[in-house]
Amino acid sequence: MANVKTLMLKAPGTNCDVETTFAFEQAGAQVESAHINELLRRQKLLSNYQIMVIPGGFTYGDDISAGKILANEVRLKLGEDIQRFVEDGGLVLGICNGFQVLVKAGILSKSADGGPPQLSLAGNDSGKFESRWVYLSANPTSPCIFTQGITTMYLPVAHGEGKVVGEPKILDELNVVLYYADETGNIQAGYPYNPNGSANSIAGICDDSGRVFALMPHPERFVRWTQHPRWTREPRREYGDGFRVFRNAVEWVKNA
Amino acid sequence: MMFLAKVYITLKPTVNDPQGLTVRGGLHTLGFDSVKSVRAGKYMEIQVDEADRLKAEEQVREMCKKLLANPVIEDFRSELEEIKG
Repeated sequence: MANVKTLMLKAPGTNCDVETTFAFEQAGAQVESAHINELLRRQKLLSNYQIMVIPGGFTYGDDISAGKILANEVRLKLGEDIQRFVEDGGLVLGICNGFQVLVKAGILSKSADGGPPQLSLAGNDSGKFESRWVYLSANPTSPCIFTQGITTMYLPVAHGEGKVVGEPKILDELNVVLYYADETGNIQAGYPYNPNGSANSIAGICDDSGRVFALMPHPERFVRWTQHPRWTREPRREYGDGFRVFRNAVEWVKNA
Repeated sequence: MMFLAKVYITLKPTVNDPQGLTVRGGLHTLGFDSVKSVRAGKYMEIQVDEADRLKAEEQVREMCKKLLANPVIEDFRSELEEIKG
């Protein structure tokens, strides 16, 4: 496939779309940005794309709770389109606010009886906005397309509501893709390694197909090696850790 | 009939409340040593124009379930007053 077409979904308050577009373009994708109203008015159709991204930000001012307003719009007005998009083999990536949207829209947290989502993201245990770099350990058995071949990553987080919460039964059934960890990969290191108190140190999850992936850390903020906080003092690497997430997605679509 | 719904949204007792803990710490700093715990929440006033009280209560309950509260981590309750005149 020559062009991997990626849709960057925006809503009022989205603010990580430019970096995320850059990351996908570096990975070889052709990216188009669309305001949610363009999808609702059918001026742009999801079916014309292979990848859909909900980037980071503070959609609708995070009023009520982070991502909730956009989640309701997505669930009520685009839910069937997104379901069909995924069933047809499309990839969906939600970063930070995008994670909150995908969970609160029920796309990554369906309940068995079709009721409200049984999983959510709550305020950080520290009571403050956590903006810094974290170590991540990938689940080697995860079916996630985006993290194939990745074992660890070092990425920035920047959020106030990133704590994954849910009933123990729901948490046990989750497809966890990424865990917060310390430098050695210990996922039970606790705060500050787990920046928000997330249950089971969960940093990212995916659906059963592995094609819908959401994470709180920002892979788009570590695409080039020079974005690393110690880039002048550590051996140079070709790409930043986050770049592999985008490259995996684009390569998967090309080979599909 | 016009009603005023007073909606209270609170974190479930088992959910950690960093904001409440911070407020408690602030009160202790000011010398309010008798404060044992603080739980923070949200309060909203919503005007609803419905045919009767039962219908208005049902609407407010649905609003809480669908948007105003996060049922995974929050509880809600509401009080309804008729606005006359």
